[in-house]
Amino acid sequence: MNRRNLLCGAALAVSVVMSGWPALAAEPLKVGLILPMTGPFASTGRQIEAAAKLYIAEHGSEVAGREIELIVKDDAGVADATKRLAQELIVKEKVEAIAGFGLTPLALAAAPLATRAKVPEIVMAAATSSITEQSPYVVRTSYTTPQVTSKIAEWAAKEGIKSVVTVVSDYGPGIDAETTFAKTFGATGGQVVESLRVPLANPDFSPFLQKVADAKPDAIFVFVPSGVGAPFMKQYVERGLDTTGVQLLADGGITDDDILNSMGDPALAAITGFHYSAAHDSPENKAFVEAFKAANDGMRPNFMAVGGYDGMHLLYAALEKTGGKSDGESLIEAMKGLAWESPRGPMQIDPETRDIVQNVYMRKVERGADGELWNVEIETFPAVKDPVKAGL
Amino acid sequence: MPTDTLTQPPTAVAPTTQGLHERALRNLGRTGRWRPAEFVFWALAAATFFFLPDQHLLLGEIAILGLFALSLDLILGYAGIVSLGHGVFFGVGAYVAGLISIHMTGEPITGLLLGGVAAAILGLATAPLLLLRASDLTRLMVTLGIAMLFYEAANKAAWLTGGADGLQGIWIDPIFGRFDFDLMGTTSYAYALVVTFLLFLVARRIVTSPFGLSLAAIRDNPMRANTIGIPVGKRLVAIYTISALYAGIAGALLAQTTMFVSLDVLAFHRSADVLLVLVLGGVGYLYGGLIGAIVFKLLQDTLSTLTPQYWMFWLGLILVVIVLIGRERITGAPATLWNRVRGMGK
Repeated sequence: MNRRNLLCGAALAVSVVMSGWPALAAEPLKVGLILPMTGPFASTGRQIEAAAKLYIAEHGSEVAGREIELIVKDDAGVADATKRLAQELIVKEKVEAIAGFGLTPLALAAAPLATRAKVPEIVMAAATSSITEQSPYVVRTSYTTPQVTSKIAEWAAKEGIKSVVTVVSDYGPGIDAETTFAKTFGATGGQVVESLRVPLANPDFSPFLQKVADAKPDAIFVFVPSGVGAPFMKQYVERGLDTTGVQLLADGGITDDDILNSMGDPALAAITGFHYSAAHDSPENKAFVEAFKAANDGMRPNFMAVGGYDGMHLLYAALEKTGGKSDGESLIEAMKGLAWESPRGPMQIDPETRDIVQNVYMRKVERGADGELWNVEIETFPAVKDPVKAGL
Repeated sequence: MPTDTLTQPPTAVAPTTQGLHERALRNLGRTGRWRPAEFVFWALAAATFFFLPDQHLLLGEIAILGLFALSLDLILGYAGIVSLGHGVFFGVGAYVAGLISIHMTGEPITGLLLGGVAAAILGLATAPLLLLRASDLTRLMVTLGIAMLFYEAANKAAWLTGGADGLQGIWIDPIFGRFDFDLMGTTSYAYALVVTFLLFLVARRIVTSPFGLSLAAIRDNPMRANTIGIPVGKRLVAIYTISALYAGIAGALLAQTTMFVSLDVLAFHRSADVLLVLVLGGVGYLYGGLIGAIVFKLLQDTLSTLTPQYWMFWLGLILVVIVLIGRERITGAPATLWNRVRGMGK
């Protein structure tokens, strides 16, 4: 190699480095998205990832001069994997926010890390009330079980329902729902005749439904994980409980938009309370559902997707507010009190609890003009706070 | 395998008892001797601590899974006891270590030992169930059943275990009051690696002792072992208890290094994964579990980074291929390959 070649090479190298400068000036902001992408909760991960990517595609990957870089990790729904991945992302990849968290234990496992590393933890799915209390760096864009359940109980009392049998899956969130319902419904003078707990691992509901049939309540209240909703509804209708005048009330997870269509006619029996329906009537939601379907082979977005979408919005909005400053303190401070019009309707991050304040809707399943099943909203409870933390 | 000579008929052995004794001693000495590859293995393990500071979190997990698989090797590889519920000891160790840090002391060594002891007691209590009907199928069912019982019990006992939400508020004090559990996972890895190494030394001593050889005799032919005077039942209970102790300590390590315990530690997939890891690395030579854990975790980590959605498919495919083309042990693969190449040359 002669000297001229060497010089040319050096010049080239310098020019490459120089042209690389502008990109370096806007230092990228890495976000760790930890989701169950495999295993029994894979649909959660799929929905949230798709929604987060959709948000970035719609709003550009740059905000307040920072390039947003999303790093997706699969924890398969296993808490110690979540914890290690979060730790690795923080230490090795230097992410400045962690997000996702498909289940309560996964969110709880990461909370001490968020505190220690001063990194915001955006909970996009998990719904147990206590999560936001575990670290001052946790914010939530999903919902809380008591938030929705308490409104279902209020609605039931208002509709003149006097006696209820509760049927819940025997695990943390199910028991939360059971206690919240009993408390709120009891306060209105209603009576919970019987509280039944179904094993999580054994979705055969027939003995429990038989008990319901014997007790002849005005309504039953059901809380099961969303995948178990379909077999439950099927058995409910097969036993003819829908025709005997026992109203089925449930948390909206049971008629999850992702699987609602495949549930068929049995789903028509349910009245559910929830914070998001893909049929929510607003221009924001119409645009969201359309774009989501277009980007994902016609998959309908569900409540998980909207949690992921709003989680990304929360981060974007907070960054705009701080002008690109991304240390944990500033981000969390900026997130507190942020309010916007989400596809689900108006929502806000409670400045005191960092939890979500949003409308809760009562919906009933109807077959739309397009022949598909939709959760049609029939009543709205505006700006509901998490009743546990509000001290109700 | 050198141990086979012991179970061979006495005609093959020198006629005098004096000769027999000497020969047995020589055999023991030979199986107990450290091979060069073993030194290399542990030297490399120590080197990872110094040269891969970025990977300490993953390496810590590998050490813990390796120890867990080693515990299964003690019963499966050395005593021929199959189990689909080994995770129960892991889970009990994890929960006990977690509970001790919350209610008694955050001192790590205490929690580690008590977690192991609790699991050992459970092992001792349940071992007789495995002896009642000593067929592999019943053992699979019994161990699986026990594991399911404990999973459901931990789910129900939410006042103690935190149920589905997991155990909250675990805090582990610095080791010896000096080494704080840092975010980089350096202390965790050192801790896990040292514990695994010490327990490996003990396990190695156990399996090369006369006790260990008697286990091999039982594994190869329980009836014959019985007739030559080996107390089959007692030996099996003993090794099962030791194995439970090991698994419990592995669980305690996980609880302490992640400072979190959820129901998942008792889930079926723990038992299944550890069996897979062990079979992958090869049973019956102690390193199988460790090597299997390294291969499994590295594959898992690489693949899930490349494709978070479909990594399980690729992992499954690779495992099937490895098991199909491999021999009993993953370490045997190069030798097999070499032999084949030499065979072609001839």
